[in-house]
Amino acid sequence: MIEAVGLTKRYGDKTAVYNLSFQVRPGTVTGFLGPNGSGKSTTMRMILGLDNPTSGQVTIGGHPYRKLQNAARQVGALLDAKAVHGGRSARSHLLCLAQLSGIPARRVDEVLGVVGLQDVAKKRSKGFSLGMGQRLGIAAALLGDPQVLLFDEPVNGLDPEGILWVRNLMKSLAAEGRTVFVSSHLMSEMALTAEHLIVIGRGQLLSDMSVKDFIAQNSAGFARVRTPDTEPQQREKLTAALTEAGGQVLPEADGGLRVTGLPLPRISDLAHGADVRLWELSPHQASLEEAYMRMTQGAVDYRSTIDQKEGLMQPLPPGAQPPAPVPGQGQPGWYAPPPPQQGGQPFAMPPGMPQGQPPAGPYGAPPAPGAPAPGQPNPYATEAPAGPQPPAQPSAPAHAPADPNKPEDAR
Amino acid sequence: MSTPQPPAPQQPAPHWQGAPGVSYTSPIPVVRTHLGHALASEWTKIKSVRSTMWTLGIFLLLVVGIGFLVATQTEDEAFTDVPFTVPAFFGLVLGQICLITLGVLVVSSEYGTGMIRTTFTASPQRHRVLTAKLLIFFAVAFVVSAFAIGLVGLFTQSLHGDTTGNEWGGTVLKGALYVSLLGVLSLAVGSMLRHSAGAITAMLGVVLLPAILPAFLLFSDSMRKIGEKMLDYNAPNALAKIFGLDNEAGGGNAQLGLLVGVTAAAIVGAYVLLERRDV
Repeated sequence: MIEAVGLTKRYGDKTAVYNLSFQVRPGTVTGFLGPNGSGKSTTMRMILGLDNPTSGQVTIGGHPYRKLQNAARQVGALLDAKAVHGGRSARSHLLCLAQLSGIPARRVDEVLGVVGLQDVAKKRSKGFSLGMGQRLGIAAALLGDPQVLLFDEPVNGLDPEGILWVRNLMKSLAAEGRTVFVSSHLMSEMALTAEHLIVIGRGQLLSDMSVKDFIAQNSAGFARVRTPDTEPQQREKLTAALTEAGGQVLPEADGGLRVTGLPLPRISDLAHGADVRLWELSPHQASLEEAYMRMTQGAVDYRSTIDQKEGLMQPLPPGAQPPAPVPGQGQPGWYAPPPPQQGGQPFAMPPGMPQGQPPAGPYGAPPAPGAPAPGQPNPYATEAPAGPQPPAQPSAPAHAPADPNKPEDAR
Repeated sequence: MSTPQPPAPQQPAPHWQGAPGVSYTSPIPVVRTHLGHALASEWTKIKSVRSTMWTLGIFLLLVVGIGFLVATQTEDEAFTDVPFTVPAFFGLVLGQICLITLGVLVVSSEYGTGMIRTTFTASPQRHRVLTAKLLIFFAVAFVVSAFAIGLVGLFTQSLHGDTTGNEWGGTVLKGALYVSLLGVLSLAVGSMLRHSAGAITAMLGVVLLPAILPAFLLFSDSMRKIGEKMLDYNAPNALAKIFGLDNEAGGGNAQLGLLVGVTAAAIVGAYVLLERRDV
């Protein structure tokens, strides 16, 4: 069990971790989530006694790490894949670690087999790929057969087979009653592996709950409603009626409405009462990835902006129009709900997810609301690959050419 | 979802889904670790990287090679008042740089590659790791340099052996001690600076500047005293005294004593910083 109390770390005037308190229990995989630079690795290093906290403390099984007798037999850690002297062979690397903790040398060959590196055991680790480096790091963590395991970004650089292997390995380690603490910046990965989530942003605790609760709290469903496109006044009428009944209504780029706080039958009744015809009324679930992004969007340190390429541009001839900027990107809050037929993420779908959404790429970010029209210069826009339009969905095509001048989702 | 829920940072009691009460215990017996484990580990480390073979190989080549050359080019009369190990002196002046490099690399390569985090995670008793590094490196450097100097002494004696009463056993030990301590000092400096190039440069400065600077300092009267001290205590001159190349008494003991003092101070500094700093 890992227990942190009021953990704070400052580097000069930059606070990397502030007042972090949490517990990591044995028997489950606990995910540690946060954007880049949110303090995950700093926290991991403080747990391992590599960095001294500015204030607060963290203990493993009740003891500070640096007071542990034979730490490698109690705690195994994968910090970064290449924390290895590249000139040393994989076997020598593990052997010197084993000797340091009085672990018999045959255990080295055993863990080399476990991670599948036995064929390159005599090779210098300098030539290892990122995935092989990760495997060597995992081998080092498993070497002492420890009760507590920490993995910092374990799936980085692994191929799909390796990712599956790590996922199952962590689950089986936890099932044996060990404490498994895994950091990641991929919500989708954690949703598949972890049972408990600790989310931090800018070094502070954002959430500490089980994945089940996280889904329940952060991935609440909504209803999508569409009134006839030809009669905008019907849309206004319905919006007024729904708001009056206590629902929250958000207009969507393609003319639909996103309604929360009202059950579907009630929406139908209200529409009927207001004498509004509906073209669509469907239940939707916001994905976990989306919930995570929304939770951490205020805490993202490094945000990309559009490459304007102004330094490369010729002066425009008089009268020419500069290309319109891509709406959404680079602006605060562009992670806000995308149109539902594009926002579906194949990962972390809670059961009962409405079917018939075009598949987005596994890590494809939801496109910005009001996706740019095809042909518009937008080289870096992350756009989910356009899936085949399901015939069952009578709504407008997902990539309807949106008017670039149209105001974005009012939020 | 239309209502962005504010994050709840202060959740008083996160309710856990029932963690199984059993916690894992390894079938492999846990031993209490001590310095012996760290020594075994450092021995594996130092012999499993190529830089060790390269630096020590070049050291042997310089000391033995130059030593043999000098030995074959000298007359018997040259050894009437100097020990038979003197030919090794010329190689040692160059070869000490190899030991300095190896001493720095033993510790700074761990910082450069990130290996140090793995090491200190496996053994949070950092002082034990540094102690093991110092002992293993000193043993290796001393054995190798004593072997090289001794070999040159034996070779020279076999060529010019008719001079009687030439005691050279002490110069082997003192010469080896001096260059090994330079290496240990480099290790301590490497541990404090944590950067290979920086630490090697710093050590080259320590060794070479006192040998070069007096040439300038002796011009000015006010600096003459410092210049003379530097001339007296710089590393090449210290080695020269150890090998009896100037006829003063002492045989370089004062110079050896100074190096022991400086090395001890650097080691203390390295231990203090090691425990305090983040890795």
